[in-house]
Amino acid sequence: MPVLYHKPPPPSDDKRWKIVETRMRRLGDRPPALIEALHAAQEAFGYLDTDALNYVGDTLGVPHSRVYGVATFYSFFTLKPSGEHTCVVCTGTACYINGAKDILAGLDRALHVKPKETTADGKISVLTARCLGACSLAPAVIVDGDVKGKVNVGDLVAQLEAM
Amino acid sequence: MSEMPAAARAVRRRATTEEVHEGPARATAYVCEAASCMSAQAHDITLRLGESAARAGLSDVMVKRVGCLGLCAAGPLVEIAETGRLFDHVRPDDVEGIVGALRKVKPTDTRASQGPFFEKQVRVATENMGRVDPESLDDYVAHGGYEALRTVLSEMTSAEVRDQITQSGLRGRGGAGFPTGLKWTTVAKAQGSQKYVICNADEGDPGAFMDRSVLESDPYRVLEGMTIAAFAVHATEGYVYCRAEYPLAVARLRNAIRMAQRAGWLGTGIADTSFSFDVQVRLGAGAFVCGEETALIASVEGRRGTPRPRPPYPAMQGLWDCPTLINNVETFANVPTILRKGAEWYAGIGLGKSKGTKVFALAGRIVNTGLVEVPMGMTLREVVYDIGGGIIDGRPFKAVQTGGPSGGCIPAEHLDMPLSYESLIEVGSFMGSGGLIVMDDTSCMVDVAKYFQDFCRDESCGKCVPCRVGTTQLWMILDQITRGRATLDDLAQLERLARMIQRMSLCGLGQGAPNPIFSTLRYFRDEYLAHIVDRVCPAGVCTIEPAEVMA
Amino acid sequence: MTTVFTFRIDGKDVAGSEGQTVMEVAEENGIDIPGLCHLEGIHDRGACRLCMVEIAGSPKLAAACMTKIAEGMDVTAHSDVLLEYRRTVTEMMFVERNHVCAVCVANNHCELQDMAEGLGVTHFDLPRISPKVDIDASHRLFAIDHNRCILCLRCVRVCDEIEGAHTWDVMHRGLETRVQTDMGIPWGESTTCTSCGKCVQVCPTGALFEKGRAVARGSKTKRPFLPWMKVVAEERGL
Repeated sequence: MPVLYHKPPPPSDDKRWKIVETRMRRLGDRPPALIEALHAAQEAFGYLDTDALNYVGDTLGVPHSRVYGVATFYSFFTLKPSGEHTCVVCTGTACYINGAKDILAGLDRALHVKPKETTADGKISVLTARCLGACSLAPAVIVDGDVKGKVNVGDLVAQLEAM
Repeated sequence: MSEMPAAARAVRRRATTEEVHEGPARATAYVCEAASCMSAQAHDITLRLGESAARAGLSDVMVKRVGCLGLCAAGPLVEIAETGRLFDHVRPDDVEGIVGALRKVKPTDTRASQGPFFEKQVRVATENMGRVDPESLDDYVAHGGYEALRTVLSEMTSAEVRDQITQSGLRGRGGAGFPTGLKWTTVAKAQGSQKYVICNADEGDPGAFMDRSVLESDPYRVLEGMTIAAFAVHATEGYVYCRAEYPLAVARLRNAIRMAQRAGWLGTGIADTSFSFDVQVRLGAGAFVCGEETALIASVEGRRGTPRPRPPYPAMQGLWDCPTLINNVETFANVPTILRKGAEWYAGIGLGKSKGTKVFALAGRIVNTGLVEVPMGMTLREVVYDIGGGIIDGRPFKAVQTGGPSGGCIPAEHLDMPLSYESLIEVGSFMGSGGLIVMDDTSCMVDVAKYFQDFCRDESCGKCVPCRVGTTQLWMILDQITRGRATLDDLAQLERLARMIQRMSLCGLGQGAPNPIFSTLRYFRDEYLAHIVDRVCPAGVCTIEPAEVMA
Repeated sequence: MTTVFTFRIDGKDVAGSEGQTVMEVAEENGIDIPGLCHLEGIHDRGACRLCMVEIAGSPKLAAACMTKIAEGMDVTAHSDVLLEYRRTVTEMMFVERNHVCAVCVANNHCELQDMAEGLGVTHFDLPRISPKVDIDASHRLFAIDHNRCILCLRCVRVCDEIEGAHTWDVMHRGLETRVQTDMGIPWGESTTCTSCGKCVQVCPTGALFEKGRAVARGSKTKRPFLPWMKVVAEERGL
């Protein structure tokens, strides 16, 4: 299908938009590239704001309502900036029967933060994952990209509080 | 989420294996660099081993990065290839000891028995795991890689390839066990000039990590299997739909695609023939339902991953309405070996209609957490006790959960059953993708059923009413039971509702969602009754609320 | 030349052309198969599950709105089991959100209400979900009350396939699924909405309604299909 409109300019002159633009161009600037483009934008900016969603939708020719529908369907995409540090708690079966529930309860008790929330001071975001595949390390968490296995709640809280 | 770039960078940074020698090595140390060992700093061990061996002047020793060695519970793992000696829980201080062992390796050494965990396994899909460098195409080829594809392209017709797969008895390893040969034949015969091959690597069952390990350890094998499939069904384009939660697998797969393209194993005119096929990676984005093939197709097309009623099946109308072959990672990983060793050889392994081997991920309250491949028909007891090493702390075995959120819990009375597609269905469970989660007496089975229902309601796409509303209602009733606030009427309603959801839901997620309830009710009804009638949780997991004071 | 298939629905011999659905042929033959997401003129999605029928020889139930007819097929559209399942589905639609017919603009001309009446749903046994959901009255002419939405997505499809605006789509998933406009912004701020009102016309309940109508005075009447929409759809070859 021919493209009947001009490609919109990136929302700002931030160089990271180049990465998003390139990924979309490589896939032909067409609607099937939507999810790949959202991945690129989230990798570049950490989350998807309205600017990013509009830009991706307008470039690929996808209605805004559909872009929003896709971005909110997949739990990997986040529309809000996260805290300075992230703590991903695995809730896969192996972790669950080895105490993932206690870890989440412990974080809530000590830091007053539930899954998908950020602490009031904006320091720590707590997320959950449906199995990291690190079942041998159960219960496992990921703190800022580092996988921690056989987690003890007290130690984890102490580590997060010291951040 | 934030773990992703780090692992991807790690792959890019390390171009080749740390080699400290020229020419053939007298001794080789295999360092497991799959995700589980990597998260325990295995790469650091590789670097230190290389440095230490060089410092010791061992010029005939090779330190090699390999894929999953299988025994994830004991990582990081290092194996001396010549003697089979395994070093577990390796810490940086242990490196000198390993170098000492490498120094002592003699050309006459043979591999010693490594114990039942390794000895009882039969490796087909995982034959290269822990042997080849997952980032080196040369190493894959040196271990027999691409031999099958070369033979297929130069000596076989596509019908002959399909016949081989049909005769091997291979069935889909993603769960349902649909005969692979039949699927290939359907796609091959479907009308349409453009056809696609998709590899389903959206391994979503919690507690399952077979596909991740295969992709991390032997990505070329999956690509070779896909290419053979593409030749057999006349497809020219392929996709691997992989979970974004598996950054290391994605990075190694992308690396493998680049290397294969460069070497002419992917792209136009493969191996100097007229056959062309290329593969792209598409990332999932955290939706379990995308493991369902019509939802997966919607996601590859860039849309919300909601399933649609079948028929039409993807084999007739799939990606962009073209005939599409969708198989799972493990299925493709079996293909090169089947063609190399012959369909008869493969069909000779297994039990009844379940041919060949199956890769299982052992997890939960089991000693040897890890990845194993066993012939179909092996008993559950052999897997759990001989290979798995039994229950942690010697506690009593209670149940093993198979098949993920659509599967069931198998109690101790069935420990001697053989593992096959048919026998698992007979006892109310499901093969699924191959996660085996072992539970002991510290697990409450009502709580386990509630856990899976929570999973299903969270992952329901929301398209059809029975799944969208019903999974939450099932969860609400289970929640009441675990709080000691349910009646026997509620239990009857749970069963009635579960049957309706099983029959009325649109896709496998909703249809399978009640299975954990059915199987726990079948074998552990007394636990449900204890919560409801006696208001106690026998395992001491659930918090029973105090009885309300009646006015 | 079209191929004609003869087959049976509820024991009655019927005939239809290749490509037709069980639902279409049933309707032509005066056999009523219930359905709420189905609307002639727009694409079917097989989501409400009210039109599920039994087909002899298949262990699975099939959605009549999406099942193509075949020679010799034996369809059971009404049975005790199907009636029980349809009642449960209808009940699920009611308890998923907050339906209060007595104060609803669509009272007495609501397809969900008619469905409950037709199937004999007299009371609710299932756990109520009772979520807190909003009403968006920001549009000049229309409003949406999510309490009454059953997610049939007729509005989404009509907006995309007939009006071509694609103002409506869905957001989130599972129980959190909601219809939404543009980037999930208030309807009144939408830049793509043409205020054509088609979404309001096709809504089976009182979720989408015209402002200024009193309780039970909604402009909607039961429409098996919208003739003018069918014409447009045919012109576009949908």
